[in-house]
Amino acid sequence: MNFLDLARIASPEIAVVLGALGALAVDLAQRGRGAGSSRTGAIWVGVASCVVAALILVLGGATGAAPGGMLANGPVVGWIKAILALLTAGTLLLSVRGGFTMHVGEFVATVLLGGVGMMLIASSENVLMMFLALELASVSLYILTGFNKRDPQSGEAALKYFLFGGMAGAFLLFGLSLIYGATGAIEFQGIRARLEGQPAHPLLLAGLVMVLVGLGFKVAAAPFHFWAPDAYQGAPTPAAGFIAAGSKVAAFFILAKFTGMALDEVSGRANWGDFASGWAPILALMAAASMLWGNLAALRQRNVKRLLAYSAVAHAGYTVVAIAAGGSEVVPAVGFYAVTYAFTTLGAFGVAGWVEARTGGTDFEHFAGLSRRSPVAALCLGVFLLSLAGIPPLAGFFGKFFLFLVALNGDAGALGLLWLVGLGTATTCVSFYYYLRLLKVVFVDEIDPRLSTEPGDGSGLIELTTILVAAVVVVVAGCAPALLLNPLGLTATVVP
Amino acid sequence: MMALTLTLWISLAGAVVTAVLGRERPSVARVLALVSAMLGAGAAIFGAWQLGTPTGLVTLVRVPWIPALGIEFHLAADGVSLVLLVLTGIAAVAGILFSWNVEDRANEFFALYLMLIAGVYGVFMSFDLFQFFAFYELAIVPKYFLIAIWGSTRREYGAMKLALYSFIGSAMVLVGMIAMYVVAGLGSFDMVRLSSASLPNGFQVWAFPLMTVGFAILAGLWPFHTWAPTGHVAAPTAASMLLAGVVMKLGAYGVLRVGLMLMPDGAKLWGPALAALAVIGIVYAALVALVQQDFKFVIGYSSVSHMGFVLLGLAAANPRGVAGAILQMFSHGVIAGLLFGVVGRMVYDRTHTRELTILEGLSLARALPFAAVIFTLASMASMGLPGFSGFVAELQVLLGAWQSFPVAALAGGVGVVISVAFTLRVLQRAFLVAPGMVADGGGLTALDEHAGPITWAEKVGALLLLGTSLAVGVYPRLLMDWIDAGLQTPGFEALRTTMGWP
Repeated sequence: MNFLDLARIASPEIAVVLGALGALAVDLAQRGRGAGSSRTGAIWVGVASCVVAALILVLGGATGAAPGGMLANGPVVGWIKAILALLTAGTLLLSVRGGFTMHVGEFVATVLLGGVGMMLIASSENVLMMFLALELASVSLYILTGFNKRDPQSGEAALKYFLFGGMAGAFLLFGLSLIYGATGAIEFQGIRARLEGQPAHPLLLAGLVMVLVGLGFKVAAAPFHFWAPDAYQGAPTPAAGFIAAGSKVAAFFILAKFTGMALDEVSGRANWGDFASGWAPILALMAAASMLWGNLAALRQRNVKRLLAYSAVAHAGYTVVAIAAGGSEVVPAVGFYAVTYAFTTLGAFGVAGWVEARTGGTDFEHFAGLSRRSPVAALCLGVFLLSLAGIPPLAGFFGKFFLFLVALNGDAGALGLLWLVGLGTATTCVSFYYYLRLLKVVFVDEIDPRLSTEPGDGSGLIELTTILVAAVVVVVAGCAPALLLNPLGLTATVVP
Repeated sequence: MMALTLTLWISLAGAVVTAVLGRERPSVARVLALVSAMLGAGAAIFGAWQLGTPTGLVTLVRVPWIPALGIEFHLAADGVSLVLLVLTGIAAVAGILFSWNVEDRANEFFALYLMLIAGVYGVFMSFDLFQFFAFYELAIVPKYFLIAIWGSTRREYGAMKLALYSFIGSAMVLVGMIAMYVVAGLGSFDMVRLSSASLPNGFQVWAFPLMTVGFAILAGLWPFHTWAPTGHVAAPTAASMLLAGVVMKLGAYGVLRVGLMLMPDGAKLWGPALAALAVIGIVYAALVALVQQDFKFVIGYSSVSHMGFVLLGLAAANPRGVAGAILQMFSHGVIAGLLFGVVGRMVYDRTHTRELTILEGLSLARALPFAAVIFTLASMASMGLPGFSGFVAELQVLLGAWQSFPVAALAGGVGVVISVAFTLRVLQRAFLVAPGMVADGGGLTALDEHAGPITWAEKVGALLLLGTSLAVGVYPRLLMDWIDAGLQTPGFEALRTTMGWP
């Protein structure tokens, strides 16, 4: 492999990094114009670079693998990365108004670097690269969380996120080093080969637990989710959407890949009454805790961003259910769910930002009567929340259905994970209540006359279009899931 | 053959068109909705006539949907579906006629209404379990908003309770459905194939109660019926007509198609338990209806009681019982719609009260003679007088129950007697009290003048429903041929063998 080849494989990331640099430069030129909608050059540069990256990936221009599993762009990974690039672009489009910062260029560059980190996570098959990419993404997200310097909550959230994240990073790194110590390999395939037919070494299991702690933090699974509510609420709304959408896709994907590819031999079993040590029982317990904790805690929330944070914990739980089951359909199932969830939640944060820009907050009362004030935004929010609740024909329904199907499909009709699936569907009923309560505020309640509904600066057409596109994706992916499942590698029938 | 599928597409398209074009003027929304509902009903009736008396399952549309999981988009119909499709069509038209006075956010009202109807049509034509479930859940959300936005008494409570009960029921069904797919190992959700897959007994033992209760919650199975009275009372007239008329039938239809058809062994095992719950529901709800002071609560509980007959017939699982249950679904759909229409639209919109103590003082029989006549006839139908559809249906259910569970049939007979009592009581108190017989009218002595006399829309809607009930009562073969043919289709083969049908 020569450097030209490497450059070709890495071309999407290179494009986005160049976009980040370009954004800084363009913004420098526009510096005199003040903040807000008049200073959007950097955003368009960033969006363009993301679109270029996505096009390269979709057209297969970056297919290939760098040595040592540093960059492995298979067809499925390519699609995931393209979607990550699009989510990054969506985040930028939602921050066009950008009222929260004067530093547009820096904001755009940080988002793009975070996007690069997420893309690298998806394509890594090497523990070192995985760690580096996770850190690149995380550090960018810490900065983005604290980007609203005028809001003390933003700074507090960033510090909390950073401290938790640093700790989780340490766990992850230490765990990875133990796994390296036990196997002597850092590529996923190498680790797998060394583990073949070997009894699980205690050192390996200790490392495994630590890695799961670290990754559990990244996906915000209980009990490692404490940062999420504060970070979601404190971060500028588009940044919160990015944390909720992009970073989740990347983190779920790598969790599924790492457990399924590198550590397949030490999966263990999570069947009811028949646990065996390995990652499956740990993940199963994490999933159960997340579904319960996330959904129950969300019941009490009166702030939409915080509500979405707890619902994100719950959704991490559903996803981990399938990962705990293992098997060849995990990647398409998790991929489908994470991708559709990302569009859903990005859109929901988009609507939250839309409301925030007009009424000055994201508490429930700010959403009162939204359907009469902004019918399109309200309708989109309805689509997003009902998808999160799992109502057909929206994407969230099929996603959850497929996750649970994969979880039960594990071992030849034994239904070992039925307890987890039963718990999952039971907690879905809880979630239906709080989503519906928010929708009630939006569609049923009267408009609160105290709320100012001044449209603020700019008409918000770009944000609204982005939200609408996300809603269309959710509806189309729900009505025709095969469109997304084929790229994610699910072409053969699941049950022969 | 394509006309039946149009029911679904027309309703969906109607929902979108009504929402968009009816935004400015409620009258436009109303007319568009009525046209969509009538086209849908026309498609259902014409499509049913086109099929004649199908001896097997007639596939209307069958295309792969999610090939990797073997999920198909499979619309089909047999005799049983035809009965319920026709019911849905008639109920939809009547419901719109009875909500002709909706002014506030009318376009949204009718769009949600048509979406609900589309989901119902979809369920009755689904022969792929995944698709069945998708349509089934599609009906939940519109119900919530119809009640929460346009409802009356404690509407937000009633709406949320109803939505949560339905959702919990469908969550139970979802678990069973995925497990069924895995256990059957066919790689398909085709309900006819699943019915002949002979699912292991150990699976049916737990999956049958799980899924049957999940569906039966929506059919008002005691003790999970409590959503129904509060939901019906809170709902606007059209929504309570639909709720009692067709949505509760979705639950019963699920019990039939998924419980009995796919898991006959489970049905055999759990039949007595289901019959016991059904009978308790019949008697208990009738007794509760006897003491209600709110006119609409009486009808709400009577719905639960009459739906108990459907479940009793299904639990009996013999040809008479099941056929009677299906006929009762149709009959109750029409009669309950009519009763709710009279209470919610004709009476409540003019008196703004449903308290029987107040209504007594209004001598409604003179003020609203049309409503009084219609309600008297509807009461006769509801009590199961010969000549109306309720008679044939409940008689068959009781005959069927007698063959399987004689004690339950006796108890059901007691339920019929109580239902006569509460129906006559409410009829007498609401309409037939002569002026001067009560001392105090509770302060309210006159009708709302703005509401005016009974409108043409109400009259047409009432006569449509009443005529349907009479037609079926006088000539039950109109539907019985379809039902009997439907029960002979291959899908019910496993049930027939397990239960030893002749």
